[in-house]
Amino acid sequence: MRKTLKNSRRSPLAAIFVIAAGLILSGGGYAVATSAVENTTANTAISAQEQIKEGERLFLANCATCHGVNGVGTAAGPTVIGVGAASADFQVSSGRMPGQASGPQMPPKPVQFTEEQIAAIAAYVGSLGVGPSIPTADMLEANGDSSRGGELFRINCAMCHNAAGAGGALTEGKWAPTLKGVSAKHVYEAMLTGPQNMPVFNDANLTPSDKKDIITYLAYIEANPSAGGYELAGLGPVAEGLFLWIFGFGLIILITMWLGAKSN
Amino acid sequence: MKAKKHDYEAGLAVISTEKIQDPGLEPHRVRMTDKSVKHEQSANRQVAALFLLSAFGSVFSIYAYFAFPITEDLATVRANNLWLGLGITLGLLGIGIGAVHWAKTLMPDAEVTEERKQTRGSEEVRARAIEIIKLADQESGFTRRKLIRRSMYGALALFPLPAIFFFGDLGPNPGDSLRHTMWKKGTRLAKDPDGTPIKASDVTLGSIFHVIPAGLAELHDDRLNEKAKAAVILVRVNPAELIETEERKSWSYDGIVAYSKICTHVGCPVALYEQQTHHLLCPCHQSTFDLVDGCKVIFGPAARPLPQLPIAVDAEGYLIAQSDFDQPVGPSFWER
Repeated sequence: MRKTLKNSRRSPLAAIFVIAAGLILSGGGYAVATSAVENTTANTAISAQEQIKEGERLFLANCATCHGVNGVGTAAGPTVIGVGAASADFQVSSGRMPGQASGPQMPPKPVQFTEEQIAAIAAYVGSLGVGPSIPTADMLEANGDSSRGGELFRINCAMCHNAAGAGGALTEGKWAPTLKGVSAKHVYEAMLTGPQNMPVFNDANLTPSDKKDIITYLAYIEANPSAGGYELAGLGPVAEGLFLWIFGFGLIILITMWLGAKSN
Repeated sequence: MKAKKHDYEAGLAVISTEKIQDPGLEPHRVRMTDKSVKHEQSANRQVAALFLLSAFGSVFSIYAYFAFPITEDLATVRANNLWLGLGITLGLLGIGIGAVHWAKTLMPDAEVTEERKQTRGSEEVRARAIEIIKLADQESGFTRRKLIRRSMYGALALFPLPAIFFFGDLGPNPGDSLRHTMWKKGTRLAKDPDGTPIKASDVTLGSIFHVIPAGLAELHDDRLNEKAKAAVILVRVNPAELIETEERKSWSYDGIVAYSKICTHVGCPVALYEQQTHHLLCPCHQSTFDLVDGCKVIFGPAARPLPQLPIAVDAEGYLIAQSDFDQPVGPSFWER
């Protein structure tokens, strides 16, 4: 019996058996682990795919009339291929799109979709071509250099949006909207994508850190009241001049009349 | 020409026979404070109340000086100015209004008519004046001493002369500096304010760059003057949309065009760019330029297109100027 054991252990088949058992064990374990990983990737892939599918469905129902099937554009609206998810997110989540009527400019309106729907539309538009993606939360924190942001704002933005971000008029019925109460995400996306008649400020022109500085500046002027007193909506010299002409001179005229009038 | 005979006198004015009569003085109206003791007493109290209000304002402004100090926080300036100003205003206005109210209601209400003085003095006064002048001439010897008189005229005539030279220091004349800017062949286009050079590939479709010449940020004395002349906006449009004259075909690069940012009307920075209409609007007087059509004026008071900066790309891909502007930037000063 002992001899038999010894013999079989020494048999050349034994070595093969041991190696095969080892391979099966380790390989099997690895296969189980890998399939688990594969399952999760497959799930996200399916959900991203579903999100784009959902986005496409929403796009066909709400946007394709003007922007064309597959976003190729029509006479009524430009192509959205390559505008990026950031552009779609800005337009839809600020309520500018879907547009209500054609005109010089699409005004912001109450938002018409839920956040999931907006994300789906953005994902679909983003999938149509290479374009800027939605900025992440850390790019939007107002922790940059506000004084540098102020200088960049005055050079690049203030001519249209007013030095205090109050907005202003453009040509032929268009206007630059106020930046008060606009979310940092929308400010960032607008710089990145150049919605409607606003020019594009890509990352080579205003780097992500420049954009962060500008967002910090806007947050600063919104949080801090004007040191010079009541700012009359920040509309600038015309509003201030009109106020002085009417109320300042009005007061002076009233006082002069009182001085010259006889007592009762 | 035979003179026509008229049966009226020269002049065509219609002269009304009924002249407007001098209405004279209004009848004197007795004040309420003179008619009733109650009114007089209440006016008395009002004046005192105004002076008390003034006293309160002055004390309050002292209180406000200590209660609302200006600290590191900029917002404290606002409270400080507001309360200090209100206190001082009350202090001064209370005295002023009180004094006027006092005079109008309580001081004597006698009306006095004072005729204007005659412009011509009486014969006596006029004779005396001539006498004084003659005496002065005699005593000073002004007519008699010719040497002194003439040397004084000379001195008086020369006195203002140095001012002509002093005013020369208001110059120097600008010479031809209004006709040239910092741009020259090979100057790189750089971003305002930090002076980073711009690559042609950085300028994507629809982008606008606010541009200064490379090297401007390093200037010290003349930086702002140079910037005021050399500021440029850089835009990329679809090359198919560009309308270019034959001689300017080589001034753009693949749809990238650069134009002076200084308005040809009165020199404001023209920078309100609409990327879809390609309108470039000046915020001061609404001059509008068509960027794709040589920056022609399409609206507003500007008289000529914005000067174009001819650009090219160097070996490293950076945008460079081909030369200076071909005309002076800004207002057409030579026509004014």
